[in-house]
Amino acid sequence: MAYDSIVCVKQVPDTANITGDAMKDDGTVNRSALPAIFNPDDLHALEAALQVRDRFGGTVTAITMGPLSACEVLRDCLYRGADRVILVNDRRAAASDTLATGYILAQAVRKIGNCDLIWAGRQAIDGDTAQVGPQMAEKLGIPQVTYFEALVDLSGRTIRVRRNVGNGYEVLEARLPILLTVLDSANETRPAAAKRVMRFKHARSAGEITNEVAANMPAASSAEKEAEAARLLEKLRAAGLRIEQWSLDDVAADLRRCGMSGSPTKVHRVQSIVLTKEGYTEIPPSEEGVGRMIHELVVDHTLG
Amino acid sequence: MIEPNPKGEVWIFAEQEDEHLSETSLELCSKARELADRLGVKVGAVLAGWNVRELSYRLIAHGVDKVYYVYDTLLEYYRTLPYARVVCQLITRHKPQIVLFGATPLGRDLAPRIASEMRSGLTADCTDLEIGDYTEPKTKAVHKDLLMQIRPAFGGNIIATIVNFDRWPQMATVREGVMPLGDGDPRRSGQIIEEKIEFSDFEQSVRLIERVREKRKVNLKGARIIVAGGGGVGSKENFKLIHDLAGVLGGAVGASRAAVDGGFISKEHQVGQTGTTVRPALYIACGISGAVQHRAGMEESAKIIAINWDKEAPIFGVAHYGIVGDLTKVIPMMIRAIREKE
Repeated sequence: MAYDSIVCVKQVPDTANITGDAMKDDGTVNRSALPAIFNPDDLHALEAALQVRDRFGGTVTAITMGPLSACEVLRDCLYRGADRVILVNDRRAAASDTLATGYILAQAVRKIGNCDLIWAGRQAIDGDTAQVGPQMAEKLGIPQVTYFEALVDLSGRTIRVRRNVGNGYEVLEARLPILLTVLDSANETRPAAAKRVMRFKHARSAGEITNEVAANMPAASSAEKEAEAARLLEKLRAAGLRIEQWSLDDVAADLRRCGMSGSPTKVHRVQSIVLTKEGYTEIPPSEEGVGRMIHELVVDHTLG
Repeated sequence: MIEPNPKGEVWIFAEQEDEHLSETSLELCSKARELADRLGVKVGAVLAGWNVRELSYRLIAHGVDKVYYVYDTLLEYYRTLPYARVVCQLITRHKPQIVLFGATPLGRDLAPRIASEMRSGLTADCTDLEIGDYTEPKTKAVHKDLLMQIRPAFGGNIIATIVNFDRWPQMATVREGVMPLGDGDPRRSGQIIEEKIEFSDFEQSVRLIERVREKRKVNLKGARIIVAGGGGVGSKENFKLIHDLAGVLGGAVGASRAAVDGGFISKEHQVGQTGTTVRPALYIACGISGAVQHRAGMEESAKIIAINWDKEAPIFGVAHYGIVGDLTKVIPMMIRAIREKE
């Protein structure tokens, strides 16, 4: 029996490699100064979905919500083997918190239609919340299994999985459809396939084509640009290289539940981490210096 | 969601497994007590399970006024959906203003499911909570006595304060080990209220087939003294020095991510954002540069000694004692000095 999977992926700033320019003077994050990467856990979610397809047949569809630049991670999904990729892109989705994001992605899943398995990385490194997966599952009215580490069995409409809960593991059995969030220990991710890179590096979304046409034909009228964009998109569609791009209207989202108005949590204040240089007692690296420090620690009862 | 309800109680979700309360639940009790005293309301705890009524007394000792106890065989082992139903129904029934969960694997599975069903806000992995006022930037409307949900974001490079002023309860998961664990007062009194939750229509869609728990071999959270090594230790052989120093001090061995990635020691020793958060009486950081991710997990330690070659290493920014030098020479000096004091 074949299974259809949807994988939720996210493009994130590489928070592990933050440089000096990454923070603006007002303490907010300068996203443009950070390299954008494929959220690490999501690569493992994609791999888990691809492994199910390789073993049982079926399809893998990757979706992401984000700006046009997020097409980068969708192309990466195509390079690694995804069958179909979809960008949910809408200005009105900006400032969505996890609740609103979970809602919008759930709407996108509904639009895709029948699917058996929904996969997401355990969490994204920009927020580390791990909330969107469970919130999507709730919106879709299906069960969730977080911290997926291994597929134990899949037959008919029943799945058995092992989840790692830190101080041990559990094997759970569930009926499909189900949403799973995937740990980085679940698998080794496959690299991009060279042939697929050659083919899919030309894949584009409508928004990207519009921007490219505008850059390439600065003198043309807007009607000419539109005609050119339409022509290119048709060409991409015929070649199977069009990245589908959906707006909030396309996924029939209730706008009150999206973006700022759909987000109960508001950011009140952001502070960048500044080291409090209150100063420390400098101890010379000598027997005498170290001995004095140990003595002080005994006197103040730090050392028993 | 429920309407803002400033008279509502401050709740914690009491996480238990095999009839033991998690330490994080008790940490939440003291924080909830502090918040509730500031707001002039009571502290409630949701305790769900099978035959775990006895745990109520421990919650009460740690500051809870009312334990909402729900028991059902369905709740014997944690599974998301029945537990989510318990908490959602109790929130709807009693309208607490704040609900706190531990940011444990369980709490982080359960809380978002509840927040989604309630359509209320949830802030993940808070490292601090305060009560404060919030002014809406556009309307200038002032909301008094909100829960300030403070958490690191962007890999620990920023600290964000999050509020939820209109879709209550205000909910947060709270990182393990960041709130002080009180001793508890067995003389405190409180109420145990048995609550009924309807499960007759509940379809059990997820079955637990097997469940294995390992005893934690490394107890960093409980350690009074931690000696931690980083990438600067250089090799697995040199890391023996870290073990030696921990040995003479009776402390635990910690590590930075660089040391774990370098193969000097196993991941369960890792301190920091992705490892364990600790607050021992003494933390000795050896050859640890002090990336934000590491500092986030140890900077609350009462005393910090940093040993590093590089005098510009950020670890010195949080240290009380700093030794700029070669740790392979300094650590043996320390071991000698400690032996001498005895």
